[in-house]
Amino acid sequence: MSVATYIRYEILRTVRNRRFMILALGFPLVIYFLIATPNRHETNLGGTGISAPLYLMVGLVAFGTMNAMLGSGARIAAERSAGWNRQLRITPLSARTYFRTKVLTGYMLAAMTMVLLYTAGSVLGVRLTANEWVKMTALLLVGLIPFAALGILFGHLLTPDSIGPAIGGLTAALSILGGVWFPVTGHGILHDIALGLPSYWLVQAAHIGVGGHGWDRTGWVVWVVWTLAAAYFARRAYERDTKRT
Amino acid sequence: MSVATATPAAPATSGIAVRGLTKSFGAVEAVRGIDVSIEPGQTVALLGPNGAGKSTTIDMMLGLQEPDGGTAHLFGGPPQDAVKAGRVGAMLQIGQLIRDLTVRELISMVASLYPRPLGVDETIELTRIGEIADRRTQLLSGGETQRARFAITLVSNADLLVLDEPTAAMDVEARRAFWATMRDFAAHGRTVLFATHYLEEADAYADRAVLMAHGRVVADGAPTEIKAMVGHRRIRATLPGVPPEALEELDGVTRAERRGDSVVLTCSDSDTAIRALLARFPDARDIEITGADLEDAFVELTGAE
Repeated sequence: MSVATYIRYEILRTVRNRRFMILALGFPLVIYFLIATPNRHETNLGGTGISAPLYLMVGLVAFGTMNAMLGSGARIAAERSAGWNRQLRITPLSARTYFRTKVLTGYMLAAMTMVLLYTAGSVLGVRLTANEWVKMTALLLVGLIPFAALGILFGHLLTPDSIGPAIGGLTAALSILGGVWFPVTGHGILHDIALGLPSYWLVQAAHIGVGGHGWDRTGWVVWVVWTLAAAYFARRAYERDTKRT
Repeated sequence: MSVATATPAAPATSGIAVRGLTKSFGAVEAVRGIDVSIEPGQTVALLGPNGAGKSTTIDMMLGLQEPDGGTAHLFGGPPQDAVKAGRVGAMLQIGQLIRDLTVRELISMVASLYPRPLGVDETIELTRIGEIADRRTQLLSGGETQRARFAITLVSNADLLVLDEPTAAMDVEARRAFWATMRDFAAHGRTVLFATHYLEEADAYADRAVLMAHGRVVADGAPTEIKAMVGHRRIRATLPGVPPEALEELDGVTRAERRGDSVVLTCSDSDTAIRALLARFPDARDIEITGADLEDAFVELTGAE
């Protein structure tokens, strides 16, 4: 039994799906260049002292990596409709290895998204200290864990027909409410909702790049709750998902 | 041979031991009390028309569905344990392959999950899929997909193989190759259970046939016996002017029907019947002997429910 071999082939087949790769990696990059290029000389966005290319870069890193993680749901739904999920269930593949493989594949895509956007940002003049790059990246990687579990959960609940709109809608809602596109205002109901979302904290992680302080205690509590809940439901959905579809 | 009601308690060493298995989907009772035990080393056909409950039974044997009642054990334990230990290889009825890997890569991927897999090249050779081994799975035809799926099942090198209508999408040649491979594989003391609705496959390749209809086991025995029960052959011949009653008196004929100039004889023993026919009516010509239509036979055997 070789877990490494299994993971290697899973990654290989993900990377080989060219249309998927181009869309998954290209989309945030194209948006970034489209919006950031015309504003690349804006160095003091709304009087904050933050440049437009930097602000857009951290926003799109949060959005793009979240998308990369949730995208495993679409791949799982496709595998299920091919009956592959049931085929795997009659092999010795453990739930742990299955999950690990899906999470790793999601992380691989998220990491590629980061590298592309960091590079694009640098091209447009973004400069951060090594410490800021590392701290931002590390906290982003942690902040993505609940999304990995959510992707798997949705993959085992939905069909290929419905997963596209579901994940698209979820990503849009989480990014708008979490403050990817517009900063979340200091108070009110939307602010309270935002504070309970993993996307808000993902954005806070990305905002280390614009002078943010990362997570306070609330951030960690929200992260723990989402991670545990999503992982629990994902596991349950996986275990129940053995019927013919 | 026992027309199934009760099976004696299965010994703990049974490859497959199923007792009192039931499963309903809403108002539909798919499986209504099945008892089967299969000793290691046997090749058993699970025979039945579509909708007999074969696939649901197999799902429960493999632990993919929870039975409403009864138990399914593999090698004396819950199916999940045998699956985890890599002792089971299965080919489910419906299934495609995941895309973006070559057949060889996919076989390697699946092999990596088993504790004692066959070699990948050995598997490719055994299943005679050399010519498609380097093709991406999404480019395979239906029959080729089926053969690749078989390779994925065999690479497990498992003690027990469960195959649900494995030859469904295969052409005649692929089917022959498939069974030749199966035979080699089963010869090494493995337990094989395959579902089919082809009586001929059960007859040619199984040591034993378990006949299912309407969610129950209706017969269980040597395939030749099952065949004798349900496998009435038909003789069709051009033979004008002979009344059906005269034909029904022939040995081996159970029923005779006239259709214009032709007669159709339903036979309990077609070998005897054809000899008797030609002895009494040497003018009979355009003779055809055809195998049983299993669906008809099932209706006859089980009664319309």
